[in-house]
Amino acid sequence: MTVSYDNSRLIFEGIKAAGIRSISALPETWLGLLLQRADDDPEVDLIQVAKEEEAIGVAAGAYFAGEPHVLLMQNHGFLAAINGIVSLAQLYGIPLCMLIAVRGHWGEPYPWHTRGGIVTEEVLRSLGIPFEYARDPGKVAKQIREAHTFSESSLSPVALLLTRDLMEED
Amino acid sequence: MERAECLEQIYSELDDKLVVTIMGACAQELYDLGHRENFFYLQHAMGLASSIGLGLALHLPEERVVVLDGDGSVLMNLGTLTTLARYQPKNLIHIIFDNGSLLSTGGFESQTTSGITDLAAIARGAGIEHVHTAETLLDFGEAMIESLEADDLSVIVAKVDAVGPDNYGMDFQLPENAFRFRRCILDKKSS
Repeated sequence: MTVSYDNSRLIFEGIKAAGIRSISALPETWLGLLLQRADDDPEVDLIQVAKEEEAIGVAAGAYFAGEPHVLLMQNHGFLAAINGIVSLAQLYGIPLCMLIAVRGHWGEPYPWHTRGGIVTEEVLRSLGIPFEYARDPGKVAKQIREAHTFSESSLSPVALLLTRDLMEED
Repeated sequence: MERAECLEQIYSELDDKLVVTIMGACAQELYDLGHRENFFYLQHAMGLASSIGLGLALHLPEERVVVLDGDGSVLMNLGTLTTLARYQPKNLIHIIFDNGSLLSTGGFESQTTSGITDLAAIARGAGIEHVHTAETLLDFGEAMIESLEADDLSVIVAKVDAVGPDNYGMDFQLPENAFRFRRCILDKKSS
């Protein structure tokens, strides 16, 4: 299994088509090709953090500055960022458009990803964070645009979950 | 040296800066000097004030950003110093009030107590060039002037007493602070 080059491109183009030029991220395997594109694109500012919770602060700064922003992270990074999501974004009404690579779910061969994968959806539910799964490459650009729109209208964190179907290919 | 004295000394300089302060005593002491629409008070999410400052500074290169941080908060997000060093926003001054204490949550000693951990050395080790340590109000004032003149990312570690205000309270809700802070920035951008 390898990371899908074509679908990574579609996601990146979807981010740009949504008018987003600012991306915060912590690299992970499924996001690698996507982040490479972001890094190579002079129109896009990529801010790589040392831990995902930092990105919640960076995203708040971008929002205050009026710059559309998207956060890219693995689901374990989302778990590591929860206090920032709750006690900055949700407390103050700051939108977050999070694209989360869901490792450790259906088809996962690596044991170390599995516990995080199993709890991700329930944690999202318990935090009241609206989420959708992105599985279809033909729909992902629209899903990104809608996720961003909804985060800004609801002043809330919103998660688009990037699945194995979308991110890997044989 | 008390943090309130430091804040009073630089208060007039904050007039045209975007200011992000941490929770508790530091937020209250700034507020008590007089709220301004360009002040954002992060009353929770310890550690993220500097990350908000980074997001502001990178997206608003024409503005100057001042982060008022504390030892307890920085210790919760030491990675932030490495991210600041990596992106080196020239328009950001990161002031860390080091009272060696988690004052706002009961006054327990922090890892910087008695100089065990040196935050200025950590900032330098992270790759930040302009790092000042201030023990007196005179040091602090000079460090602030140098940082304002440097036109580069600066960190000021100010050694202050573990004391805070007697009373706490602000006359707005937290989301209201966020809305007004953003409005203030967008108005500045469009003018």
